[in-house]
Parts: sequence; structure tokens; C-alpha cells
Amino acid sequence: MGEDTPSAVELQGLRRDRGERTVLQDVSLRLEEGRTLVVFGPNGAGKTTLLRVLATLLRPHAGTVRVLGRELPGEGWAVRGRIGFLGHEPLLYRDLSGRENLRYHARLHGVGRERVEELLDRVQMVARADDPVRTLSRGMVQRLAVCRAVLHKPELLLLDEPFSNLDPAAARLVEPLVGRAAPATRVVTSHDPAGGLEQADEALGLRAGAVQLQGDASRIDAAEVGALYA
Amino acid sequence: MYGKGLRTLSAATCLALGAAFALVFFYAPLDADQGFIQKIFYVHVPMAIVALLGFVAGAVMAIGHLRTGDRRWDLRSYVAIHLSLILGVGVLITGAIWAKASWGHWWVWDEPTLVSFLIVFLLYATYQPLRFSIEDPERQARYASVFAITAGAFVPLNFLAVRLAESLTHPRVLSTTGGALPGSMRLTFLVALAGMGLLFVTLWKYEMASKHATAQLRSLRRKLGGEEIASPGRSAAPRTAAPAHPGA
Amino acid sequence: MSTVGALLRKELRMELRTRESVPAMALFAVTTFVVFHFGLDRDRLEGELASGVLWVTLLFAAMLGVNRLFVAEREQGGFDGFLLAPVDRSALLLAKALALFAFLVAVELVAVPAFAVLLLGPGIGPALPELLGILLLADVGLAVVGTLASALAIQTAARDLIAPLVALPLLIPVVIAATRATAPLLLETGAENVPLRWLGTLGLYDMVFALLAYAVFDFLLED
Repeated sequence: MGEDTPSAVELQGLRRDRGERTVLQDVSLRLEEGRTLVVFGPNGAGKTTLLRVLATLLRPHAGTVRVLGRELPGEGWAVRGRIGFLGHEPLLYRDLSGRENLRYHARLHGVGRERVEELLDRVQMVARADDPVRTLSRGMVQRLAVCRAVLHKPELLLLDEPFSNLDPAAARLVEPLVGRAAPATRVVTSHDPAGGLEQADEALGLRAGAVQLQGDASRIDAAEVGALYA
Repeated sequence: MYGKGLRTLSAATCLALGAAFALVFFYAPLDADQGFIQKIFYVHVPMAIVALLGFVAGAVMAIGHLRTGDRRWDLRSYVAIHLSLILGVGVLITGAIWAKASWGHWWVWDEPTLVSFLIVFLLYATYQPLRFSIEDPERQARYASVFAITAGAFVPLNFLAVRLAESLTHPRVLSTTGGALPGSMRLTFLVALAGMGLLFVTLWKYEMASKHATAQLRSLRRKLGGEEIASPGRSAAPRTAAPAHPGA
Repeated sequence: MSTVGALLRKELRMELRTRESVPAMALFAVTTFVVFHFGLDRDRLEGELASGVLWVTLLFAAMLGVNRLFVAEREQGGFDGFLLAPVDRSALLLAKALALFAFLVAVELVAVPAFAVLLLGPGIGPALPELLGILLLADVGLAVVGTLASALAIQTAARDLIAPLVALPLLIPVVIAATRATAPLLLETGAENVPLRWLGTLGLYDMVFALLAYAVFDFLLED
């Protein structure tokens, strides 16, 4: 793991506050291109905040953040089109159909319609693509949300529990887009110590905003991760 | 940081206000038509001018906040606007008293400046509710700054529009305002204006010093007591901590 | 520009699909005219009174639209979705203002004829061309300030109250100029010329607030 391999994400002493509380404290890490970082921690630990900072949605209050070679927040505009974000919210308008939503996002990202159709086909949502999102089940909405996140073929994927609400069949459909096989660097949050570590190259454990454990996933065992939740 | 010079300022303010008071009662001439009550002009107009300048200052400080991201500018802006609002209440009350004494009505639409002031006051009255209803302090400060800048830009536009509107239907009734003040009135007016201005600045400094001290105290408590210190509840006022870097 | 186009298409599509804003605004306007009939106890209005009733009604109908403008963004993650895209952020301001402008025009297509039928004494025919001009100029001001106030209020807890409370004082110059400009067009004795100063005021107001909104809007989008 030499310094010559380009890094997709580099954090040094990142701090993010919310009012007078510090939500992320002194987080430093370096993630190389193509690797997967899994972030563990109980609710409120700061996992979502970390993801949002990397997605350029939140600005750092202290420390440095470099994503895909660019420093945030100043150069956020340069990397937005190369990042795919999948949060808790699907970011889809409930009164529009899946196809309309995806076409809208496609236009914003400068992506053509064919890509929308390709993805709808990959997640097997073509049949329901013209139904308003509010009529769809959670699993279907999640599939559409995944499509939205990868529409522009991002180099960096930021995924907040991407497989939630998905049954095994749906999870299999989505796996090549956002799973281990996806051609991107990934930062994924997870509540599953064993499963999470399995798909991780590197792991990060947060608790109350502070880093509790960090490093190569093969050297961390599930019990240590479980201790975060104690 | 804000306590410096406070004593001198307070003394100067008392001096100026005292002088103004004396001038108003003993030096300024008695108005032939309106009588003694006309002297309220020396309170009403300086208060209005200072309040409006305060709003504009609040807007400028808000620009400073948005450009630098330093929350202390937001605190300065907040205090300026909040003091101007209080002065604004005074303006409307003294205006009403004057109107009643001069024309027998508690409110007149004839005086464009007063009407414009009412509109501006109504606008700024939403400043604190707006702040209070946004919980996240950083967002609250940012939104308040956007509001302060918008409202500050609005003040001149509004005065222009109202003046245009009223001047056609109702000719300017009050001729005591404006440039043509006789010498003794002008002197009294200027001293009163100076006094009001000094009062504003002094009160501003006092409030800044007080808020700053409270914020530092809380920050120290936090450092000593850790997370056990309960978070303060929602508030419309900004709560900046002391600057992170010494000497900032 | 294509970003604004994409955003605007989405806005219009949403409105056509949900029909949340325009029908309510139009209905509100017509109902208000009826209320005014009873409130003023008059069958026919002309001149300044007619002008005032028309504009106050349009203003309050606009407030209904202002309240709903960013609701979908706020509740369905529209802000995040937009902020993640590699686009110029002021496009959102422009798109929303254009959408609100479009809604206002749509409402006026219903409200002005309704007004002419229900309350207006003199015929509206001769007044129409100039009235259209005044409506469009005023709509720009309403749209810009409405969008700004809506964006300010959307993150607050009491957004339905805050948006109108902020917008109404800011829009008083528009009310002043629009009513003064429209009054001569609605006289019983025949439409007269519109004093240019009011059109100038509207134009100046539109320009100042458009520039101001453009300058500050980005700060409302950050987190």
C-alpha cells in the first residue's frame, strides 16, 4: 500500500459540528482507488455525516478532505459528477414515475436516456417504470434509488446501508451496480459486523463521532466491531 | 474584547444625551402651531435615523458573515438589528404621539417616512421568529444573514416607493424635517442625533460584551465538564463560542 | 441553461401531475372577489378601488403558491438530489422563479376575466394590452421575492407563516406601483394612460431583487 497508488479519499483530522456538539471528531483515513471501506457504528455515531461530507453535501469544519484528488469544499464542483450517493432517502419525487425521476436526474448529470433504460432493465423495473413512486414497494423504491446513484457511472460510491429493504433476489440484481463487483471505490455503512467485514478491504468503527477502530479489514474481527454497539 | 472603551463611551453617551435634553428644554424654540409637543421631534427623528442606519449596518455585517463564515459577524448583525427594532418601537410610538398632537389622529398616512418606517418595522419583526424557528445554529445564522441583507437592500427601495406614492396624493405636511431647519433647531437636532447614535453604539457594545462573555463561559464549562453539560434550548440569538484560534 | 430547462420541466410536470398549487390559487382568487363583493357591499368597482381589490387578491393568491413552492424539495429529498448534481446552483433559483411566474400567469388567466365579470364596472377590453404589461412586470417581482421568501422559510418550523410574513412587506412597493399603474386603466370614464413612473418603479424593483436573490440564494442551499 504505497503512497504512489492514487487515493480516492483522503481525510486528515476531519471535524464536523452540529451546533455546539461535535458530530465527527478528528477522522483521518486514506482509501485507495478501487477499494471498499466499510463504516460501522451505532446510530448517531456519525456514519451518515461522514458520508454526506464526502458527498460534498456538508462542509468540513476543520481538517482536510480530499476526494478524487480534489480538496473540499472549495473544489467540490469538480467532483460532484463523479460521486454517487445513496442515502437513507431515495431522493425521488413520489408523484413522478421511476422513469421520469431517473430521466430528470439523468438530465442534471448530462447522461442520456439510453442509460436510464439500461438501468431500469438491469434492476428489472421496466414493467413498473411508469407508475408513480408512491405506489411502489420499499424494495422497488430502493432499486430505483440505486439506479439514480449510479446513473452517471461514478468513480466513488457512497452508500448508506444500500441493501436495506431488498430481498435476496433484488439484492442480487443490485450487486453488480453497487456491490463488491462494482467498478468503483466504495464507502459503505453497515450494521452487520461479520457480513460487513467480509466485503470490506478496510474498516472504520465510529462511536459518538470518534474513531474507535480503523485499518485493514482482514486484521479486524467481528467481535471488535460488535463492541462498538455495547 | 468588547469591554474596551465601554466606560468612555457610556460617559460620552450620557454627556451627549444630557446636552441634548438641556438643549431641547431650554434652547430650542417653541413651535408656534404645535406647541411643546413638537419637541418630541428631537427624539422621534434621531431615533428613526439611527434605527434605519442600524438596519443597514446589520445588513453590512451580515454580508461580512456570509463572506467570511465567521459567526461573530452574525452576532454583531443580530445585536444591531435587534436594537434597531427596539428603537423602531420607540419611533412608532413617538410618531403616534406627535401625530395625535398635531393632527388629532394616532396614525396618519400622510407622512411617507413614517409609513415607510412601519413597513420596514413589520419586515424586521419577522427576523427573530425566523431565527427562532430554525434549530440548527449554523443554518440559523446563514438564513438570518440572507434575510438581513435582503431587508437592508429593501429599506431604500421601500422609502423611494412610498415617497413616490404619497407625494402625489398627499403633499408633504411636515416641513420641520429636511434641510431648512433654523439654526437653534438644527443645533439641538444634531446634538440629539449624536446622542442617539452614541446610545446605540454603547448599547450595542454592551450587548456584544455580555453575549460574548456568556458564550465564553459556556465554552469553558463545556471543556471542563465534557458532554454532561446540557445543551441550551432553542434560541433566536446566536451563540458563538470564543474564537478557535488564539489571537483571531 | 439546460439545467434550468430540466428543473423547470420537472416543476411543471409535478404541478400538472399533482395540481396542488394553481387550481387552489385560482379558486382562492375568485372566492376572494366574491368576499370583496360582500365586504365592500358594492356591485361594481372602478378606478383605484378596482385596482386595489384586483392586486390585493392576486398578492394573497401568490402567497398560497409561495408556501408550496419548495415543499416537495424539502420533504422528498429534492435539495439533496439537486445538490449532488454537477450544475450551477443558481439554476434552482431561476427555475423556481420561472415556475412561480408561470403559475401566476396561469392564475391570472382565470382571475382577471373573473374579476372583469364579477366586479369590474367598465369593460376590460381597452385596458387589456397595458394591463398585460403591468401584470407581467409585477409577476416578475412577485416571482423573485416569492421564491426568495419561500426558500428562506422552507427550513423553518413554521414555514406557512414565515413565508408570507417576510414576503408581504417586501412586496409592498410592487403593490404600490401595480395599483397606481392599473387604476387609470379601469376608470368608468374610459381608460387613461398609465403613468410611466410606476412601470419604471416595477422595473427597478424587479432588477434589484433579481440581482439580490441571485447573490444570496446559494447561501440558502448549503448545509
